[in-house]
Amino acid sequence: MAEAPLLSVSDLHAFYGESHVLHGAALEIREGEIVTLLGRNGAGKTTTLKSIMGMMAKRRGSIRYGGVETIAMASDRIARLGIALCPEERGIFTSLNVEENLLLPPKIAPGGLSLDEIFELFPNLRERLRSPGGKLSGGEQQMLAIGRILRTGARLLMLDEPTEGLAPVIIQQIARTIEKLKAKGFTILLVEQNFRWASALADRFYVMDHGQIVEAFNSAELPANRDKLHAYLGV
Amino acid sequence: MIPLLGITTQALFAQLLVGLINGAFYALLSLGLAVIFGMLNIVNFAHGALYMMGAFFAWFLLNTLHIGYWPALLLAPLGVAIFGMIVERTMLTRLQGLDHIYGLLLTFGLALIIQGLFQNYFGSSGQPYPVPDLLKGGANLGFMYLPNYRAWTIAFSLAVCLLTWFAIEKTRLGAVLRAATENPQLTRAFGVNVPRLITLTYGFGVGLAALAGVLAAPIYQVRPLMGADLIVVVFAVVVIGGMGSIMGSIVTGFALGLIEGLTKVFYPQAANTVVFVVMALVLLVKPAGLFGRKA
Repeated sequence: MAEAPLLSVSDLHAFYGESHVLHGAALEIREGEIVTLLGRNGAGKTTTLKSIMGMMAKRRGSIRYGGVETIAMASDRIARLGIALCPEERGIFTSLNVEENLLLPPKIAPGGLSLDEIFELFPNLRERLRSPGGKLSGGEQQMLAIGRILRTGARLLMLDEPTEGLAPVIIQQIARTIEKLKAKGFTILLVEQNFRWASALADRFYVMDHGQIVEAFNSAELPANRDKLHAYLGV
Repeated sequence: MIPLLGITTQALFAQLLVGLINGAFYALLSLGLAVIFGMLNIVNFAHGALYMMGAFFAWFLLNTLHIGYWPALLLAPLGVAIFGMIVERTMLTRLQGLDHIYGLLLTFGLALIIQGLFQNYFGSSGQPYPVPDLLKGGANLGFMYLPNYRAWTIAFSLAVCLLTWFAIEKTRLGAVLRAATENPQLTRAFGVNVPRLITLTYGFGVGLAALAGVLAAPIYQVRPLMGADLIVVVFAVVVIGGMGSIMGSIVTGFALGLIEGLTKVFYPQAANTVVFVVMALVLLVKPAGLFGRKA
């Protein structure tokens, strides 16, 4: 018998004011998986993450996490169930220093990484603890944005375009980090434009277009679907 | 006494003391306004009325329950803070995301209602509030006479201001507060109950106003319009210091009290307007205020 998915989204609709941006999106993630959400700009990937996190004021449908319906919950309660978001714009607080940023998200469950484990993944952060959040380089900001959600005990990490605008060496470092996190048992939902990079990491892929999931396949099916993918992602 | 420009040092120090006392109240009040503005994005025009409520709370405690100054110093801010938090939960929270003008109108209306109610019962005249026994008398410093209660007021408000600054800038709770001020949506998505934090912040800011009211009770009389007279100057202080800046409100509060005091000595005619002259000058040079960040 198949295990119940950790996260299951069905018939998800979301709106920015009057503008209807998600049209019945549906996806599932099982515990310990890395799932990547692909799609063009404006396809609804970030909105899907924000809806799961409870940050879209107008949303309807069903989002179940660990069997709990969260569609009507406030985002702080959803966070306390064990979901954490690393937002696309990274969301580093400029009025807080690196240490304060790192310690900001409250612990919601045991099993998070210790500060030492986080510094092992991102040694740069240890040296910048006293720096204001606004003074970090793009790569350091991304490391901080990922690092700070590892402490809390959240089990589902949602990373929105973690490689955007970063140097190749840092992109590699983030890939190694994601592999280590998977080995530690984290479940990861990734939004990524860098398809080649994501294809080496993810177990399964969903393709979004116009606010809906239009394709789903696993990494073994990837070569067979390459042409279709290019049609969805290409210009 | 050595006269300086025809002014005795005694008169000079006496006015500096008055200036420092006023400055202490400016600082406590503008600090509360800054904390509230940062977190709620609301210009709390009810602040003066809540300051007055603090003073009356202490007066009621003394005259109906025979509870004296020292317990009142804790109970009055607590009582007024609870009143403020009810106002926040039932009214201010509905204004989230709307233009500043709505918060301003609502709190201004509240101030008029509160002051009107108190005026209805007490008229415009003042009720006396005695100086606590422990702080009666004063010290002769040689160059001036320093009443103990006034020294206490200055020292205590300075301590409260600095503690507040420390709590906001240097503690874990303060970091959460700063984060929620900067990006409430993301802070909430990390699992922080931001609405509750907003309510508590409003309660704290309002409590500071009430604390200033209790401190003021033995110096000024307890009057329904005591806050209305003060608040105009306090808003000028906030504008000069920079809207929402914590250290800015403390430094500017004390500094402007002193400037006012000095003006009373050297050019008394301008004493009531000097704060607004400074405000105009600061706005010409630094539109965001002395300590303000660009909006």
